[in-house]
Amino acid sequence: MDVAASRRILALDGMGIIVTAVGFGVVYGLTAREAGLSVVETMAMSVFVFAGAAQFAAVGYLVQGLGWPAIVLLTAFLNARHLLYSAALLPWFRGVSRPRRAALAYVLTDEAFALSIAHFRRIGRLDPAGYGYAGVVVTFIPWNLSTIAGFLLGGAIADPAQLGIDVIFPAAMAGLALGLATGRREVVAATAGAGIAVVASLAWDPAGGILVGGVVGPAIAMLLPVREARPPSPAPPEAGRPTEATDQDPGPDPEIGVAP
Amino acid sequence: MSADLILLALLMGAATYPSRAIPLVAPGVERLPPPVLEYLRLVGPAVLAALAATSTMIVVDADRQVTFHVGIEWAAVLVALVVVRWRRNLFLGLAAAVALTIAARGLGLA
Repeated sequence: MDVAASRRILALDGMGIIVTAVGFGVVYGLTAREAGLSVVETMAMSVFVFAGAAQFAAVGYLVQGLGWPAIVLLTAFLNARHLLYSAALLPWFRGVSRPRRAALAYVLTDEAFALSIAHFRRIGRLDPAGYGYAGVVVTFIPWNLSTIAGFLLGGAIADPAQLGIDVIFPAAMAGLALGLATGRREVVAATAGAGIAVVASLAWDPAGGILVGGVVGPAIAMLLPVREARPPSPAPPEAGRPTEATDQDPGPDPEIGVAP
Repeated sequence: MSADLILLALLMGAATYPSRAIPLVAPGVERLPPPVLEYLRLVGPAVLAALAATSTMIVVDADRQVTFHVGIEWAAVLVALVVVRWRRNLFLGLAAAVALTIAARGLGLA
């Protein structure tokens, strides 16, 4: 698929993610205010941590009186899944300087990963502008603006649960996973990852469960033999391979987000 | 206005950033063998599905007790998946999920 067409899909999918970021940002701002954080402290979390689940958890820990070392440790654990995102993006970032990678890593979130990896696979190469759009325009800016809005609006906001905000995130992640499930192995990886994550969450902890599902699911999928008849969905470019957009077949259903 | 927790936010950010950056910037990982590349290609769908499943099926209460949850969220995610598959449009899928949830909760069904 050409870059322009894929960027249109990215933009459209990004609208859904902006809704997610805004919904959760508003609720986070409201929650932080009710927990007694100042607007500066609330914003510092959104700017420096920039990880919704960890920020919600930290507010809860503070209310419970947990010490800072424990909060920092739990934050690291809760966000350990980013190791998987970063590792999965690595093959696409070959050829990009390390300082630039280090800067781009700052905006790596669930949403930025989901949008950008799908975009890279559609076009068969890295698109820094697309990654920037997913990480900054779609996630960082809406998250921070909505954090302020949530804090300032405070009690004027209706019950978020009645607005269905809590289903946006899982629905978005499921929809984006569906877009990546372009072959047998991907479907098995997703199914196994989800099942293992739920079981591990119940047995251990949700953050650990996500990590275990994300690690073990692909390992199970790797046990499946590769089909010879149909090429797999685009793999990251090999080192040294030209990074021009290609016409490579992106698989059976790569166009999640295409307007009807 | 209190600013005491800004330092905590910085520390939390410092604890988060390495997991975002280390695999991308660590030396010696430029040339990965094909099986590793294939594995990494599968991490995306697996971890996103894991996130979706745990967000839908797992609830952590105020006492940090983890329980299995069955509710309208299941139907909402399913509807989103059907719409995304059918219309190939994530935004429409999310809108359908939210609409179903609002309707169910408004009618007292969830």
